[in-house]
Amino acid sequence: MTDVKKTSGISRRTAVKGIGATLGAAAFAKAIAPLTSWAANQSIDEFLQKHYQELTPAQMQKVLKRLEEDTKKDYGAEVTITDPKPQPGVKFGYALNLSICVGCRKCAQACHVENNHDRKSGNSYIRVLEMKKGSLDIEHGKVDYKGPVPKSDSFYMPVQCQQCDNPPCVDVCPVEATWKEKDGIVAVDYNWCIGCRYCEAACPYHARRFNWTKPEIPQEEITPVQGYLSNRVRPQGVMEKCTFCMHKTRNGELPACLQACPTGARVFGNLLDPESEIRWVLENKRVFVLKEELGTKPSFYYFFDE
Amino acid sequence: MNKPAATLPPPHLSHLNSYPRFIWRMMVLATEGNWLFYAWMIGLSAVALVGLNAWAIQVTNGMGVTNMSDHVSWGLYIANFTFMVGLAAGGVMMVIPAYLYHDDDMHDVVIIGELLAIAAIVMCIGFVVVDLGRPDRVWHMLPGIGKFHFPVSMLTWDVIVLNGYLLINLHICGYLLYQRYRGRRPNPKIYVPVVFLSIGWAISIHTVTAFLYQGLGGRPFWNTALLAPRFLTSAFVSGPAFIILALEAIRYLSSYKVGDGAIRILVNIMRVTILINLLMLASEVFTEFYTGGSHTAAARYLYFGLHGFDALVPWIWSSIVLTLLAALLLLCPKVHKHPVMLVTACCFAFAGIWIEKGMGLIIPGFIPSTLHEIVEYTPNGIEWRISAGIWAAGLMIYTLAIRVAMPIFSGEVSLKKDIEDHA
Repeated sequence: MTDVKKTSGISRRTAVKGIGATLGAAAFAKAIAPLTSWAANQSIDEFLQKHYQELTPAQMQKVLKRLEEDTKKDYGAEVTITDPKPQPGVKFGYALNLSICVGCRKCAQACHVENNHDRKSGNSYIRVLEMKKGSLDIEHGKVDYKGPVPKSDSFYMPVQCQQCDNPPCVDVCPVEATWKEKDGIVAVDYNWCIGCRYCEAACPYHARRFNWTKPEIPQEEITPVQGYLSNRVRPQGVMEKCTFCMHKTRNGELPACLQACPTGARVFGNLLDPESEIRWVLENKRVFVLKEELGTKPSFYYFFDE
Repeated sequence: MNKPAATLPPPHLSHLNSYPRFIWRMMVLATEGNWLFYAWMIGLSAVALVGLNAWAIQVTNGMGVTNMSDHVSWGLYIANFTFMVGLAAGGVMMVIPAYLYHDDDMHDVVIIGELLAIAAIVMCIGFVVVDLGRPDRVWHMLPGIGKFHFPVSMLTWDVIVLNGYLLINLHICGYLLYQRYRGRRPNPKIYVPVVFLSIGWAISIHTVTAFLYQGLGGRPFWNTALLAPRFLTSAFVSGPAFIILALEAIRYLSSYKVGDGAIRILVNIMRVTILINLLMLASEVFTEFYTGGSHTAAARYLYFGLHGFDALVPWIWSSIVLTLLAALLLLCPKVHKHPVMLVTACCFAFAGIWIEKGMGLIIPGFIPSTLHEIVEYTPNGIEWRISAGIWAAGLMIYTLAIRVAMPIFSGEVSLKKDIEDHA
């Protein structure tokens, strides 16, 4: 030890350490090399973008413009992205008639197209359960049913985000990337979510979907009318969910799943409007909600005709 | 310096002078050792780099390169994270006898446990970061510039307690080592209150981590009040088990004296905690299977398989067998006198808890899913590589910490000797 220290100039030990450090640094650079292509696609503006609720209208306009340009660049599609706000005096609710749902899954397919889901995964915010008559216990449901529908011994229960009044997913988010809007819709800021997936674990309805990869959609299949908080093409690594087609419903249209339903099993409307159809259903039908015992207070109701 | 200081330490040497010397000395110590040390460190570096490379691939191509899905949205990373929190909490099991019961044998080696806590917390943070879909947005969680959803989100509590525990242990270890290096008696006023804080804090890190799962009403497998106590007892098995292994390794590989007393106390702790752990397991299994009903589907999946799906069954039974064997070995009256038997018992206990508090806890929470779909999960190469990388990085930190701490603690390296050497 001591004679190494006293040697003037560079000792052998120091030289070996130096070579080791150089090799280590080179190996480190090689190991993180895949990150360079990823980093090249990240912009400073996107990195520094503020939370949705903190953006001023002017900043929001810039963000929307940037997102439109990015969609053009990444997917070749001309899209219009807006940020429709909740209307005063509106709280959205959904009801579904289990007596007439035939389990055709047109709703799930319409959702897939409308919301610009990744084509390969065939994702949708809606899952349809085929249930044996005689039980409402979803343990006895099946999502991967095949063959002609409806089967005589079964009924069908589509499940999507219940837009809970007491949403567990919102409580658990560590960065407030998901919250409840004034019209009852639980929204996600795709540019704020860190991708921890705690909300997905917390949701009792399997209503959340994660972007495990960058969504792949052919240019001509991209739905061009988009909302910042709803159906715009999501970035890789963030959570998403049903927004009751906010970009349509906040402009007075109906959600895509309802428009696609061939039997009229779906009822959508303003829970605060006593004249609305949904209020009529709630007042005149036997209505129930899923997993009521969890205290999530869904705004999504199920009913039977008799 | 014209005259080497004969008495220690020279009163004129201020912190401004001695602290940089201390840091430098630690860095020199950390890069010196015998061939075994270099081989071990090079091996760990290689594994860590392989893990780093796998993580870079994951960030670039998305979490889709893992085997996780919307059904099983947490996998090997969070399983390891949960286990690692226990290891960090278990590190404190040396602190309690040392400071609460003034056990002298423990005082000499208590830093081994505290350094383990530091390494384990760094690994915890690593496992959480690699589980994020957007690690570039971690700053969104910083209070002030981001949005910290405190006190509602249990994850924010976890961030606070884990980082707090890291700082507490860094303070204790850093202070004790620096004072030893200077040849001074550590001032109890500066560190003993922090030691007591660390005991309570160790309980809190595992309780909060259990609450993370326990608080989810939609996941019946986790939604049990027994989760936090079970976390703690298993932590107080795995922590001491790892420390015993580290002490035996130090005994075997170095000239430092590790007292029998310390190992005996750790064995006694494990004897009690491993039995309480088994009792709680039995209690939970009884509730699940005697009551029946749909909420037991996850437990049925875990222990016996469900509708033909049984990926976890061999895992959990090997965990139970390993834990039982460890308990039997530990109950032998003279186990602490037989290194091979003791090391075997500790390895069995450690592996048993790793399975139980890892894959055995996290995965059944997702199977069946909340809509009762069964989608199975087995970690893939990327996930194993990243996890191995973090383990390697953690072991590097722990090895270096012990490599630096032991000579300073034993007095082999000190400020006085350094000054004399340079004179």
